[in-house]
Amino acid sequence: MGRYVIRRLLWTVLVVLVVTLLTFVVFYVMPPGNPSVRFAGKQPTPELIAQVEKQLGLDRSLPEQYAHFLRRLFLGDGTECPLVYRPLCSIESVENFVVLDTGGCATGVSGCGWPGLGMSFDSRTAVRQELIERTPRTLSLIFGAAVIWLVVGVSIGVISALKRRTIWDRLAMGFALFGISAPVFWLGLVALWIFTVKLPFSDSLGTGYVEFGNDPVGWFTHLILPWTVLALLYAAFYARMTRGNLIDTMGEDYIRTARAKGLPERRVIFKHGLRASLTPIVTMFGLDVALLVGGAVITETVFNIQGLGNYAVQSAVSADLPAMTGVVVIVAFAVAFMNLVVDIVYAYLDPRVRYS
Amino acid sequence: MSQVHASPRGEPLLEVRDLRVHFPTPDGVVKAVDGLSFSVRRGETFGIVGESGSGKSVTCLTALGLINRKSALVEGEVFFKGRDLLKLSNEELQKIRGKELAMIFQDPFACLHPMYRVGDQLVEAVQIHDDMSRKAARERVVELLAAVGIPRPRERVRDYPHQYSGGMRQRAMIAMALLHNPDILIADEPTTALDVTVQAQILELIERIKEEFQIGVILITHDLAVIADVAQTVMVMYAGRSMELGARDAVFDKPLHPYTWGLLESIPRVASKGELLVPIEGAPPSLINVPPGCPFHPRCPHRFSPCDDQRPDFKDRGGGHPEACHLSAEDKRRLWSEREARRTKVAV
Repeated sequence: MGRYVIRRLLWTVLVVLVVTLLTFVVFYVMPPGNPSVRFAGKQPTPELIAQVEKQLGLDRSLPEQYAHFLRRLFLGDGTECPLVYRPLCSIESVENFVVLDTGGCATGVSGCGWPGLGMSFDSRTAVRQELIERTPRTLSLIFGAAVIWLVVGVSIGVISALKRRTIWDRLAMGFALFGISAPVFWLGLVALWIFTVKLPFSDSLGTGYVEFGNDPVGWFTHLILPWTVLALLYAAFYARMTRGNLIDTMGEDYIRTARAKGLPERRVIFKHGLRASLTPIVTMFGLDVALLVGGAVITETVFNIQGLGNYAVQSAVSADLPAMTGVVVIVAFAVAFMNLVVDIVYAYLDPRVRYS
Repeated sequence: MSQVHASPRGEPLLEVRDLRVHFPTPDGVVKAVDGLSFSVRRGETFGIVGESGSGKSVTCLTALGLINRKSALVEGEVFFKGRDLLKLSNEELQKIRGKELAMIFQDPFACLHPMYRVGDQLVEAVQIHDDMSRKAARERVVELLAAVGIPRPRERVRDYPHQYSGGMRQRAMIAMALLHNPDILIADEPTTALDVTVQAQILELIERIKEEFQIGVILITHDLAVIADVAQTVMVMYAGRSMELGARDAVFDKPLHPYTWGLLESIPRVASKGELLVPIEGAPPSLINVPPGCPFHPRCPHRFSPCDDQRPDFKDRGGGHPEACHLSAEDKRRLWSEREARRTKVAV
């Protein structure tokens, strides 16, 4: 088992490295337009564009840019702060923008350090700082939603598999169909409308994000709606999957063996049946959670949670390359990490994996 | 061996009387078992032989309460130690299953849970019926694994099923079945999925434990050779009914039912090279539309007037053991010897 974990760990590191290269290629090499034009104001002159390019580091060769990116990522970007803008400097005009370039920043600017992801082209704040602020919001959202959808989805799936073709099964699958069909943006808005407009909860429930450290109750009440809305879709999928898996498993020969041993039905279902039918769900769960790190865009938008998904969309729209890269690196790390967790849990659940 | 049946040891352990198991489906009622009676004694290996779908497994699964009672109509009686198993509640059956009545199955690759250690699965089986510490249960498991011929059982209990070979898994299944010294072991095609050499070892093992533990064994198979090897009594099943039931030697040497003749003629015998193999023509009937009268009559070369509308009684017509064929005992003797002669002539 230990050997297996180490092998998976090394593999994970490799995957993260490859992803950074791909990210760089996709965002810096492949897009046709020149981001400098965007940031050079409404009437850019070639000189201005060139200056901005120099400022953003886009005048250097691609391998150089990549090396730079890697070095920053792994060693931090504190030393490079003077090259970029001070986050607090307001940029009101293009002239100001350029002038500041020569001025540089004071050392110890907030947001620099490890892992260095550079400065956002758009907001001129350190991407790292932005991610540090946004990640807990998204993780809070995912964590709560995941708990809900796992508990609700798996329970509904089990009930519906065991009460197959009864009214309970039909109700559960009806719920699943609703959950899968209802678009999240609609569901989110309807939930907001019902709970904060029609029902007198507007004081406690609400949009936005309250930090857990400041106000745990507020954190919970502000997240309960987004959790539920986000969880519904997944709960529906998990219910269907659990049902299907459990029905298949209960037809296996080893279930018959368990019954022939004289085990009570409850034990047959929960010890022998559920264990085997949960392994594919573990796989799916890991990937779903990881992908939501950068993918809960609609929920974050509807409920005004300034999380990573939101940031990903904003930076993509404004061609903010360092910000995008930052998000992608985080998501890639989340996917790789969750894969590692899934592999380990899977090996724990299914001994055949460990030995092959 | 046939003497064992001639002088049965004591009263029947398990007695099935007029068992019917019907499954209503949207296409019609599947008559999986339709009026079956037999009994099994201690120390006897009772062989049930028949093609797939003849109701062999359903009979035994019904006795153990392992079919879904909600989806089946079950009639008749299955007496086991003075109680009708069909009238017991699920909870009462649970106490009997694996303790007094044990069953092993066809595919040992699929019958053990792939995610639990073999030892743990057996320990669970011990503890479900006996209030025993884990350690004591483990000792019992190791002892049984050794008894069924698993090498280094103390180490192998920690293995997972995929680390066992097919034969070893079947041995482990047998060990599991024997943990509580059952009265009856039902073996449903226990050797079908195994290599021939392993097959012989497993049959030998079943035979040995039958003697050692003095239990009754019900051996279900489609393989007449297996039956010929180990059974003392043979029941031939077709379309959910019993066609012929008798001591092994009687059934093999003086078979009375044309279906049995067909079965015997379709097994190759190593000793008689060049002998004609005669397959039974046609296919087994759908259990939804079982032919009226004798279910075998559409495939029977000796059918005559009552066969297609009168169901033959299951009784002794003078041939020495009960069977279900309208032909007179004399006709049967004559027809079988003619068929035998024709078959061996080809060989010469």
